[in-house]
Amino acid sequence: MTKPLLGQEVAKQIAEYLPEAIIESNETAVTVRSESLFQIAQFLKTTPGLEFDYLTGITSVDYLDYLEVVYHLTSIEHNHSLVLKTRCHNRENPSVPSVVSLWCGADFQEREVYDLMGITFLDHPNLKRLFLWEGFEGHPLRRDYL
Amino acid sequence: MELRTEPFVLNMGPQHPSTHGVFRMRVTFDGEVVVDMEPIFGYLHRGIEKLAETRTYTQVIPLTDRLDYLASMTNNHAYVLAVEKLAGIPVPERAEYLRVIMDELMRISSHLMAVGFFLNDLGCSVYTPLLYMYREREKILDLFEMVCGQRLTYNYMRIGGVSHDIPEEFMPALKKFVAEMPSFIDEYDQLLAENEILLARTKGVGILPRELAINASASGPVLRASGIKWDIRKKDPYSVYERFDFEIPTGKVGDTYDRYRVRIQEMRQSAHILEQAIEQLPSGEVQSKMPHLLHPPVGEAYGHIEAPRGELGFYLVSDNSIAPYRCHIRAPTLINLTALRDMVIGWKLADAIIIFGSIDIILGEVDR
Repeated sequence: MTKPLLGQEVAKQIAEYLPEAIIESNETAVTVRSESLFQIAQFLKTTPGLEFDYLTGITSVDYLDYLEVVYHLTSIEHNHSLVLKTRCHNRENPSVPSVVSLWCGADFQEREVYDLMGITFLDHPNLKRLFLWEGFEGHPLRRDYL
Repeated sequence: MELRTEPFVLNMGPQHPSTHGVFRMRVTFDGEVVVDMEPIFGYLHRGIEKLAETRTYTQVIPLTDRLDYLASMTNNHAYVLAVEKLAGIPVPERAEYLRVIMDELMRISSHLMAVGFFLNDLGCSVYTPLLYMYREREKILDLFEMVCGQRLTYNYMRIGGVSHDIPEEFMPALKKFVAEMPSFIDEYDQLLAENEILLARTKGVGILPRELAINASASGPVLRASGIKWDIRKKDPYSVYERFDFEIPTGKVGDTYDRYRVRIQEMRQSAHILEQAIEQLPSGEVQSKMPHLLHPPVGEAYGHIEAPRGELGFYLVSDNSIAPYRCHIRAPTLINLTALRDMVIGWKLADAIIIFGSIDIILGEVDR
């Protein structure tokens, strides 16, 4: 069985490394500040015992107060998983650091989130719309897009 | 006089027989050698994730049929699994077995198509191998027609079970199919496994190294062909998969040949799982008691299964209303395409086509 790591447990390990990064943690997920997302992702990928070598998926949810980006991480080495989240409170110009340099599997998925939810991924090598055409107005997966 | 050369850009697709749907590759050539490739998506984007937000949980099931339309059963399964996880709904044992039977039949059918079209891409353009594959697939479609009346978009699984129990004539036909299937795979093997043209065209072509496969989030046969023993049926068993004995076939080098071989071997394993499932199939209900309209509690769930093409996952967020607040689909074939650029660079156009074919994409799922 893939063991889902408890958010609180991982949050403790993150707190030893970068305490100000954590917004909240519960049983299912750890939520971190978007400014420190890249450092945390790198920490999760390289720390012995965690070693999240496989990025299962990236997605985003619009909660109206904020936009949330959700990372499902898996370790093929240890067969455990974790949900990492980050938030953007600025709806006009939300941005999150890109993790393509850590997991290249993030490439199309970050483009998809940018396309449909309008979140910019900083330092993404080729941030273009994935499904919709250039010049399309708006981001359809936002809750206020009708 | 000195001859000048310059790179040549060619658009393959969106209307092209080898792109398996409306997919476009913008390929840059130096002579006949690929020097760059950019995939362009979106020609079949229907906004299924957005559509799901305005439908009740049960009404989303037919939408999932239209993702990977060569494996609708497994799409149904991944979605209902995520909803059951979200709302904590139990599933009767018989329904779990029926789901496994349908999933494995679907896997065989889907891999038959994958291998058939792959051989077509290799140049067997008179469709002979493909029609051999259709011969077996037809029997599977007949079985599906018996249980749900449909041959392509099944809409068979329900939250908390399946829509119908199997009819009387289903079991004899299934047993006959499972008994015959291994000898058909042997027949394909005899025709293909040692075929010189196949070996020359696929061995060592389009290698996906182990590290890149993991880093690029590849899944399914593409990941396993690169030598990684990772199958969600074993690593994170769902339904009743932990009760069956089966192997995870893997490749050695991750070339096009390995991806083809892994699919052939997986068909044998699926037939083996089917044998065991038929033997163990319990009697009883196929649908648990459900409220008229489902309101899952506020929360989120990620349900994933091993679909024929890789890890298919549904991430659902509920706000306690009758429709999902957010429904994200982790589409295996979109993500498997991430490494395509690295795999085709340095190969000729004809090789690029079979490398692409060996990933086995379905545009309904890539574009959603």
